[in-house]
Amino acid sequence: MQRYRGALARLQAVGLQSARGMAAAAQPAPAEDLIEVTVDGQKVSVPKGSNVLQACDAAGKDIPRFCYHQRLSIAGNCRMCLVEVEKSPKPVASCAMPAGPGMVIKTDTPLVKKAREGVMEFLLINHPLDCPICDQGGECDLQDQSMVFGSDRGRFTEVKRAVADKNLGPLVKTVMTRCIHCTRCIRFAKEIAGTDDLGITGRGRDAEVGTYVEKLMTSELSGNVIDLCPVGALTSKPAAFTYRNWELKTTESVDTSDAMGANIRVDTRGMEVIRVVPRLNEDVNQEWISDKARFQYDALRYQRLNVPLVRGEKGLQQASWPEAFAAIARAASKVQGHEMRAVAGRLADAESMVLLKDLMNRLGCGDLRSEAGFADLDADTRSSYVFNSTIAGVDQADAILLVGCNPRLEAPVLNARIRAANLAGVPVAAVGEQYDLTYPVEHLGANGDALDKLAKNSDYMKRLKGAQRPMVIVGAGVLQRADRDAVLAKVAKLVEKGEVVREGWNGFNVLHDAASRVAALDLGFLPSARARASKAAPKLVYLLGADDYSEADVPPTAFVVYQGHHGDRGAARADVVLPATAYTEKYGTYVNFEGRPQSTKPAVASVGDARDDWKIVRALSEVLGAPLPYNSLDDARRRLADVAPHLARRDAVEAPLWLAGEQWKAAGDRKAAADAAPLASAIANFYQTDAISRASKVMAKCVRARQNPIPGLHAASVGN
Amino acid sequence: MALQAAGRKGVQSQLLSTCLRAYSTAAAERTSFGGLQDKDRIFTNIYGRHDPFIKGAEKRGDWYRTKDIVQKGSDWIVDQMKKSGLRGRGGAGFPSGLKWSFMPKVSDGRPSYLVVNGDESEPGTCKDREIMRHEPHKLVEGCLIAGVGMRARAGYIYIRGEFVNERKAVMRAIDEAYAKGYLGKNACGSGYDFDLNVHWGAGAYICGEETALIESLEGKQGKPRLKPPFPANVGLYGCPTTVTNVETVAVSPTILRRGPEWFSSFGRKNNHGTKLFAISGHVNRPVTVEEEMSIPLRELIERHAGGVRGGWDNLLAIIPGGSSVPLLPRSQCDDVLMDFDALKERQSGLGTAAVMVMDKSTDPIEAIARLSYFYKHESCGQCTPCREGTGWLYDIMTRMKKGDARLEEIDMLWEITKQIEGHTICALGDAAAWPVQGLIRHFRPLMEQRIEQASEELERIAA
Repeated sequence: MQRYRGALARLQAVGLQSARGMAAAAQPAPAEDLIEVTVDGQKVSVPKGSNVLQACDAAGKDIPRFCYHQRLSIAGNCRMCLVEVEKSPKPVASCAMPAGPGMVIKTDTPLVKKAREGVMEFLLINHPLDCPICDQGGECDLQDQSMVFGSDRGRFTEVKRAVADKNLGPLVKTVMTRCIHCTRCIRFAKEIAGTDDLGITGRGRDAEVGTYVEKLMTSELSGNVIDLCPVGALTSKPAAFTYRNWELKTTESVDTSDAMGANIRVDTRGMEVIRVVPRLNEDVNQEWISDKARFQYDALRYQRLNVPLVRGEKGLQQASWPEAFAAIARAASKVQGHEMRAVAGRLADAESMVLLKDLMNRLGCGDLRSEAGFADLDADTRSSYVFNSTIAGVDQADAILLVGCNPRLEAPVLNARIRAANLAGVPVAAVGEQYDLTYPVEHLGANGDALDKLAKNSDYMKRLKGAQRPMVIVGAGVLQRADRDAVLAKVAKLVEKGEVVREGWNGFNVLHDAASRVAALDLGFLPSARARASKAAPKLVYLLGADDYSEADVPPTAFVVYQGHHGDRGAARADVVLPATAYTEKYGTYVNFEGRPQSTKPAVASVGDARDDWKIVRALSEVLGAPLPYNSLDDARRRLADVAPHLARRDAVEAPLWLAGEQWKAAGDRKAAADAAPLASAIANFYQTDAISRASKVMAKCVRARQNPIPGLHAASVGN
Repeated sequence: MALQAAGRKGVQSQLLSTCLRAYSTAAAERTSFGGLQDKDRIFTNIYGRHDPFIKGAEKRGDWYRTKDIVQKGSDWIVDQMKKSGLRGRGGAGFPSGLKWSFMPKVSDGRPSYLVVNGDESEPGTCKDREIMRHEPHKLVEGCLIAGVGMRARAGYIYIRGEFVNERKAVMRAIDEAYAKGYLGKNACGSGYDFDLNVHWGAGAYICGEETALIESLEGKQGKPRLKPPFPANVGLYGCPTTVTNVETVAVSPTILRRGPEWFSSFGRKNNHGTKLFAISGHVNRPVTVEEEMSIPLRELIERHAGGVRGGWDNLLAIIPGGSSVPLLPRSQCDDVLMDFDALKERQSGLGTAAVMVMDKSTDPIEAIARLSYFYKHESCGQCTPCREGTGWLYDIMTRMKKGDARLEEIDMLWEITKQIEGHTICALGDAAAWPVQGLIRHFRPLMEQRIEQASEELERIAA
């Protein structure tokens, strides 16, 4: 930081101004954009462009609804939200009627009640009423509303409609007879997910929601239709018939399957995680989560490391904690501090990383690195490695350039947000390999040369310059390249020339693909200068949940300690295995790619003899003769705050300063030539990216299903 | 189409009466109507006895000084249409001039479109097809004039899929008009550019609803849109659009040539003009005929259709305006006038003016049950009351036909129709409910008798 002090002082003012600029954008609408309506005699002000249903919500009146969803287009087809509007002869579907100034709305008149009762009767005549065997039972909108508007007996004596179930793949179970044709799933697939998989076939009573030909839902967000479905037509296939929702205990936590840090709710029964559903957070995931976040939980039952293991003559053998620690102490006593190395994995939490860093430093070791080639990344300037515009900033962007990234696989929920921006007219362009991102992307070239061409007064450059809030998103794949510095230098030029960072707006973004990454960089979990210079192979390697390490990081002769929760590549290589807890079993701080520290919470108890990661490091420090002074989680977190003060501000993003591109000059060898290989994403297989998702049977099924998305087609060709 | 523009009627009725009162003449009001003379017929080739194409059409006066009409300008055309008192011939009877005037006067950058609804699918209705087959040039010329009136850049004629010959005739007429320079750039030498295209559907009744028609025209499933926004704001491809019936468009050139006063001299106040009536069912000579509005129903049938089969006393009931409107029993048919307001007073409607006559050999319950089947089949399935309700109505009507029901189910049936009516996105729900309501209103004793008979029969078998 020393050399930046001057620049920092110069830019302090700019930084403060930009902070104000952001605050102004988030202020509520001024009074002239409000209109006043009367709901049941109560006057409320709502923003212009609101519909009647939103006005009723603002007045605290509960309007029953099935098809309306605030994030989807308005279908107005369930007719459950009918209200009376003065001067309108007929009851009005409140979701589809814009609120006008001075409108007088009545929500609890006999006419309204009768209309809704009528609609409810129609909805129920062809509904199977199989609530006792329906997974939605207990949290079903139709069930709830029928308690208010339903009759205690039916008048329908004809034959009920039955609809053949559809096969949408391994994640979403369908019971189409229960469908009430609200079309939420269709609109979600079309508008949010961007895969036009679902639609209605047939007319009238014969209308069916389906894919027409049997076809997998080819979206990474498909699981969200389960939450959207107001009835039990779409439910979770992996969790079918395993629970009743009132048996579940819920824990609010954070997802670690990608670097977005989607807010989730982990629902458990006893020792088992039964399901994972999204939590609302407008700034992060809105109310969506990816299929991996939702369905990988079955892996928490498989391949778990539940006892310490020590490698003996017969391979890894069960041991007690003291035996395992003793084995490590024996090995450590034979090596010097500088002959050690620690590698942090994708799922490592910030507490264990800071403690491990302290321990290694105390032992004289400075060789700390993240798996997947981050060893020599310069992390002095925070704004050079986080998603500066923030996720919510995507909504304000007016030009987006993707560099070597595939947000559809790296952060599907972010991709949906970019798609929403694109639908609103924001052009998206890309440099790097071409991917199907579910929206049209202008492809500007594949490799570093293309970046050079762009920077040279290209048309696109002018457009980028002309935009109010341009965004450049650099994928994690770029950071993992051998020619990273050369490519980043080109990006830097582009950013500078395109004025992507300007007053009140920082449009330079790095999209990381692993949950632990930003915290590791924030904490300086990076090799020291001496370690960087050293060419000697380490003799003891400590893998903190690292399974995707490069072979070069772990020499064949080294003594390897693996601390983690799933038996994967790291554990197989290890000489000592220390069983730790997974993200559903511990308090752990994860910093998402925008730099937002969030915490997971234990939803279930740890498995077997496993312990929390930070406790293992703390206990080990005692054995290695360098005891750490942190005896509680709070101690560990205080240490976190010492090292990186912004990590103390939970759930908030502290906008880092942009040092006018100073960090570019600092980093690495600028002269190195860029490779001609296309800039590619770091993720090729969305469903299996870490030790948890690789252990998941459901994720494995998804991979298989994706290989053959139209089963019928395959069967036909086999028949030939 | 009875569905067309139904939504707007209530809101604008106030406005309508004001503007019509201003234009009414002071002359003594006529009290008898009908007996339209040949010289006053707009459609002089409705039976196809002459050449329907350009030579014959020009001989009949089509395309005569169209340039002058176009050059009078949009405001003049709309004003004349308002003065003529023409109400939409698609079924809802919304004043045409007023409807055309809703189109933006100044474009915000988007073009305006005219869409002509030739998706004539209402059971019993066969007036638009006669125009398209035998008077296509009246339609094409009307499109130009209506297009100018609403400042449209282009027009689309949406023709029902089953109408193959009609489509061919209209397409030929358009080709002829282009060849003569009547359409396209500088249409008729007036300096106005207007293009006209033909599109045909796949035969779905619901595509006659204006917004479903627009969806279908855009290549999507024919499912009605939510209103607002109305098509005049956001219609075809998101641009201001007016959807109007074939007959409405086709009569407009003649109205402008002969003057609005001529047109408004026919029919009662607020129901002016001449109209094509399609008479079918148990009459001696089923016919489509142009007559004066407000002609008594009985005179219409006896003068043009050769009377009811077996004489007027053999009449059971009449559906006066296409399948969507409630039927009228014999007692109501004796003196009712055929116009919008008179039929509305009798809790029915003029609709498309498709008169379906049923003599005493008809089982009215079965007839209405067949209509319920039609609506069940044609419901698009988008919104709940119609999707579930039309099927349920059909199920019950099927049982009612045989008397396989309980007496209280008649009340239930009535309630179900009321649960559908007015709760749906488009007017198909209403159209499905009204015939059944008409049946219960006028033939309840018959339904009760049928049920009692059936249960007696059951008891007899059981005993």
